Amino acid sequence: MEKWSNNKAWFLVLPVVIIVAFSAIIPLMTVINYSVQDIWGPGQSVFVGTEWFEEMLGNKRLHDALWRQFLFSGLVLLIEIPLGILIALAMPKRGWGASACLVTIAIPLLIPWNVIGTIWIIFTRPDIGLFGAAINQFVEFDHTARPLDAWITLMLMEVWHWTPLVALLAYAGLRAIPEAFYQAARIDGASAWSTFWYIQLPKMRGVLTIAVLLRFMDSFLIYAEPFVLTGGGPGNSTTFLSIYLVKIALGQFDLGPGAAFSLIYFVIVLFFSFMFYQALQRVGKGEKG
Amino acid sequence: MARIELSEIAHSYLRNPKEEADYALKRIHNTWEDGGAYALLGPSGCGKTTLLNVISGLLTPSSGRVFYNGKDVSGLPPEKRNIAQVFQFPVLYDTMTVFGNLAFPLQNRGLPSSKITQRVHEVAEILDLTSFLEKRAAGLAADAKQKVSLGRGLVRSDVAAILFDEPLTVIDPQLKWDLRRKIKEIHEQLKLTFIYVTHDQVEALTFADKVVVMYEGEIIQIGTPQELFENPEHTFVGYFIGSPGMNFLECTLDGNMARVDGAGIKLDEETAALGHNTRGKLEVGIRPMYLELSSEPVENGVPAQVQAIEDQGSYKIAALTLAGKTLRARLPQGKPVPDGKVWLVFPPQRIKLFADGRLIK
Repeated sequence: MEKWSNNKAWFLVLPVVIIVAFSAIIPLMTVINYSVQDIWGPGQSVFVGTEWFEEMLGNKRLHDALWRQFLFSGLVLLIEIPLGILIALAMPKRGWGASACLVTIAIPLLIPWNVIGTIWIIFTRPDIGLFGAAINQFVEFDHTARPLDAWITLMLMEVWHWTPLVALLAYAGLRAIPEAFYQAARIDGASAWSTFWYIQLPKMRGVLTIAVLLRFMDSFLIYAEPFVLTGGGPGNSTTFLSIYLVKIALGQFDLGPGAAFSLIYFVIVLFFSFMFYQALQRVGKGEKG
Repeated sequence: MARIELSEIAHSYLRNPKEEADYALKRIHNTWEDGGAYALLGPSGCGKTTLLNVISGLLTPSSGRVFYNGKDVSGLPPEKRNIAQVFQFPVLYDTMTVFGNLAFPLQNRGLPSSKITQRVHEVAEILDLTSFLEKRAAGLAADAKQKVSLGRGLVRSDVAAILFDEPLTVIDPQLKWDLRRKIKEIHEQLKLTFIYVTHDQVEALTFADKVVVMYEGEIIQIGTPQELFENPEHTFVGYFIGSPGMNFLECTLDGNMARVDGAGIKLDEETAALGHNTRGKLEVGIRPMYLELSSEPVENGVPAQVQAIEDQGSYKIAALTLAGKTLRARLPQGKPVPDGKVWLVFPPQRIKLFADGRLIK
């Protein structure tokens, strides 16, 4: 091959290198730098190797938060994905009804996250909240005092907030299925269930992959809503990883352990997102079993 | 197996159709004989697919009734009519194997599984799909996918008719030929009623025993390929069938002569007499292959000017100007190619006379 007269073309990728460096690489390097040092003041630090990682991996409160996080994300996926698909299936296909549904359903997605927390604090207050006061007519319900009630409130809020995203994605997927598939199914005498199982669900695989990934990542990283609604309580019952991380890094200003925690957190999210993606790509593709 | 009758079918996609132009199907009244191979031919947007969907029951027409073997099925959905349809692009159940796809219509009808397996293997054999049975349907080539779609119709041994909606659109040219021949073979083997929608005259003429030509929501002629070619009943059929299509010249009648801007074309007496008894805009039509060209003045020759010569490979087409109109004539092989001024002879027995687009007879 002929040799290039100069290498100036490299300058064309420079803007990308700069943007990526400032938005990702340099902050990440800073975190890695913190995670291997003990810092007790500006300019006063000592290299500690993997000590913080070892400490964090053995931290009982981190383990508890991690299991809580898995439980939360698991419930989110189990509820929101099927519910979102159901809503999408029930929505009108065309006309003004379709537009009205789309707009109505998207409203929760437009509200700032900390406002969502505030809305639900008021909504579930046992004395004046519409939901809280109504349910207290029948059973005692107080998310500030009882862990189970806190979880129920949190799940309700999360489902209300994010199921619309799944529904919108599923709806887009459904609308993209050509009419001929439904016609063929009718001609073949397929039941509504078969039509769903053999046509609609496989054709929605792409958008559902995105929905699962987004909902997993977002729910695994959730911070603002539980922070506003419960502050991690009562006790530690709703202290998720991010809330615990903020307590360590900013509350106690333990930068080293906080950085180590962040990296562990990052690796977990990356690992599970990758697994989900791989699994969903394989479902319904060429390979069998 | 069924004889399909359409009685006074009209359909509009509008809720309140007012004028004739609002109708996708204007008035369709005809019978499709049991075991026939029909092609439904027409340009895009002429209502072919609408008519097909009316027959299959995917669409309920605004008015009119559909009969299968004399039984009124107008109110029945497609699955009750026991019809099969092959769509423009392959419609498969991606997650199933080829076997699963073929078995699906039978499973939905609750057949015992031994019967299903037997039937699926029979059909796979006919379609040369046996070696693919355990493969995922999603991984097949387009032509094999269309065969699977067809197979889902064939597995029902009592299927009333199989409807094809431009099934070769997405198939590679060299495979088109094979697949079309395969469909034809299957028709000869199974003697089912096949209705094949296409806008490609070659497909229609090679596939069908009877070609049904549609134009603007109406059936304008039903006939064998030969009849359509020799005796087009509408100028559209003349223009649409044949390559190039029929030549048409607007004319007035003067005794036995058709006058086209001063030039006279001799008609036979019978045609001229029919023409005199008819009102409306008159046109003479003649196939390019019947026009005779002469480079010297001849009896009954009409002078014309050669514009261009198109080489079609095995033969040549001359584009000629006559009275400001362009005509096409197919040149006989081995003769010198004319140039400049020529004299055209219209053999009277080959000339068709049309009034307002319809053949005078």
